[in-house]
Amino acid sequence: MTEHVDRSDPEAAAAPVSTAVTPADAADAARLVAFGLQPKLQPARDQEYTDLLRRYREDPPFARLADAVAAGLGLVVLEVSPRAGMAVTAAEDSVFAVRMGDYARRTAADSGDRFLHGLAHLAVAALSFPRPEDLADDGYIGRVTVNGVDAFVRQACRRLEERAAEEGENTDPATDAPGLEAAWRIWARRSATGATKDARRLAGSTTGIVGKAVAFLTDSGFLQRTGDDSGGTYRTTARYQLQVRDMAGSSAMAELLELGIVPVSDGTATLLPAEHTDDLELVADAGLPFHS
Amino acid sequence: MSSPAGPVPGGVAAAGSRSAPFGSLSDRGPTLCTVTSPASTDRVPPQLSAGPRPAPGPAADEGLARRLRALACTAPIHDLDARKANLAGAYSVYGMAEIALAAIDLVTLNMDFDTGADHDQIVARLVPRVAAQAPARPVAEHERVARWVLENLINVGSVDRGFRTVYGTFAADGSYVRRDYDFKLLEEVPGPGGTVYLRTTDEAVNVLVGALDTDVTSAQIAAEVKLEVLISRGRLADAQLAAEQARYRTVQYSETLRRALEATRRNVRAVDWLNAVPDMIAEALDHVADRYRHENAILTNIRRARDESEEPEHKRRAAELVDIVKDCIRRHTQLQSRLLEAGPLFRAEQDRQAFAVPASTAGIDLYGHLLAPVLPLPLEQATRVTDAFFARGTGLRTPVSVRVADLVDLLLTPPVEREHLGAEMPEPDLIATPDDSRFSEEQLAAAMALLDLPADAPRRLSGLLAEARRKDPDLPYLVALIAVHAASPAVGTAYRQGEEKLLFAVDDGTELDDHEFGGADLIVGTALLDAAGMAADRTEAA
Repeated sequence: MTEHVDRSDPEAAAAPVSTAVTPADAADAARLVAFGLQPKLQPARDQEYTDLLRRYREDPPFARLADAVAAGLGLVVLEVSPRAGMAVTAAEDSVFAVRMGDYARRTAADSGDRFLHGLAHLAVAALSFPRPEDLADDGYIGRVTVNGVDAFVRQACRRLEERAAEEGENTDPATDAPGLEAAWRIWARRSATGATKDARRLAGSTTGIVGKAVAFLTDSGFLQRTGDDSGGTYRTTARYQLQVRDMAGSSAMAELLELGIVPVSDGTATLLPAEHTDDLELVADAGLPFHS
Repeated sequence: MSSPAGPVPGGVAAAGSRSAPFGSLSDRGPTLCTVTSPASTDRVPPQLSAGPRPAPGPAADEGLARRLRALACTAPIHDLDARKANLAGAYSVYGMAEIALAAIDLVTLNMDFDTGADHDQIVARLVPRVAAQAPARPVAEHERVARWVLENLINVGSVDRGFRTVYGTFAADGSYVRRDYDFKLLEEVPGPGGTVYLRTTDEAVNVLVGALDTDVTSAQIAAEVKLEVLISRGRLADAQLAAEQARYRTVQYSETLRRALEATRRNVRAVDWLNAVPDMIAEALDHVADRYRHENAILTNIRRARDESEEPEHKRRAAELVDIVKDCIRRHTQLQSRLLEAGPLFRAEQDRQAFAVPASTAGIDLYGHLLAPVLPLPLEQATRVTDAFFARGTGLRTPVSVRVADLVDLLLTPPVEREHLGAEMPEPDLIATPDDSRFSEEQLAAAMALLDLPADAPRRLSGLLAEARRKDPDLPYLVALIAVHAASPAVGTAYRQGEEKLLFAVDDGTELDDHEFGGADLIVGTALLDAAGMAADRTEAA
């Protein structure tokens, strides 16, 4: 924390608040964290929530107290603002963290399913914030549809497939080494949808997996459902942007770097059209996240 | 076994047969079998080190792999006939392979530009063929068989809803690798409004048409040249086959284009709008124009063949061919209209996507930095990245804690009855609307009876009015109304509905002398229409 309390501060009125924490203050701080644990609650809809948010911003000792409560519970504070509210997320190994095995039971046994569910979340984020600017711009609201996400991943897979075919590469995996199969094939192979007896979405299909992801994100207060077109349409919330930008993106990136894969970028967002090269290398400075 | 075979370049199988003359074939039998089957890989490595490569290089192997994959696509269809014995009931009368190919045909022909074919529709259209195979069996069984075939073509039981086959190839370093080949024949795609449609995959179309691994455009040209030749030689049966093949090719072509246009709508930069797509659109428009000319020419030719042919069988074949070519033309037109929309679509999407004010800072490029590098990775590594994203990207869940007291209550509460029918509908309050018709049903019947004139005896309106007035003072108004309408008879409607006769009225200049009505004393009569001829015309015009 960079906040310094000057002991020689002549302003005597602030001194009691900063030095002594009353149980009432602790209760208020915990109450604010409790509001943050209800991600679907809009700050503007609740007078008490709004008041506590204002207090957090105007009263630094109270803010530190609330941060401490959150940290003690195993929560990470992403942002505290009128638009996002008290945006907290689960720290690693916290009781609040979501585990893949609880999320979808099949993922424990089937590595392919585990990947598909993870990729669905990554793809929803990628389509919600298609350009780096969109992720950086606080005012940006992304819009995604379930079928759109599936089609978008399939398109990417198809490009890889075409590329492999052009190079005459045989991408069929070796029978006894499923872990070495190229990841895109898993998605491409899974059927997009399927008829079921009760007219619900087939859970194991890719649209079923994406549908599960967006429904879960909606419960997390990250997406809001806006319609039923194209398998369900959703728009993003400020919290989702924070979560992806500050937590998920960097964490996945770190993992990727650890694998020795370094996506190159100079960090600027230029909207120049991508150059038309024939290899699969990323186009440096491409404003949009697509290969040539 | 491997040491004597070493110097023989012909391979293991040849070694076995050469070293063992006829007499020992019976005891050598098992050895031969093992050697030719792919399971004998354990014997191959010593061969490789010993002398010249027994297996052709990877380049030659590629062709073999392609054929193996093509062969694999037919396996599910053979499999149907092999497995029908396992079904409960005596289903051996049904030719499952025939039904399966018919189903693939139906789906392919019903695949429109936007959607695929509907499940139930396909089953309904399959049932007549199934029924023809076993007319004595109940209809429910026919439908069951049709559904069974369709479900097996989708392979509903597997999680991928597809098929997998294993084949072996030699890798570049000479080692033998077994690979999985995954394919689908019918796939289910989401349609508008949450519905599920069927589409045939490229594999299925290729297997079906029997033109494996060929270029779409050239195959179509070939098919059409063939058709023209066949028609000029009067071989219509083959011509129909070729025309149907041309139609499959057309469907396949529009499918390729649909994908490119869909990708454009998602992101203009996902497709190359500088060169590739404009080239493709220009090419496709040329293609459409070319085919359109071509198929109209064919249409003219077949129509002539149809009209000139004496043999009823030829006539019927030619008529069917006319329908097929018409359908091809319809599909081309559909493709063309979609192609013309592509340019405006691109400009609108470009405005939306590219000309917004760019933000000053850039964060992570989720696609370029994460998604795109992850997809080509091996599954094992890719899962580490997606797991990391999942762990940090899903937010939080507040854990549920239960008190024992609550738990007891919870477990003892009887489950809530699910309302199958939803909330009860309020009884609608119906108010009888007063019958304010000018004329009653009886009056209409009387007027129609009066106007039911024989075709060869038209009557004057004045006479009809006088007769009507004798029955009912109000009736002349209705008769006059119908007669006036008959002055401009609805010929088009009668034509479309296949009416057999039509009421008409003609003004010959005579003035009507009546105390209630003025105007012309129309001649009212009935014209007989050639319903059968019109029906024939209609089908041709359609």
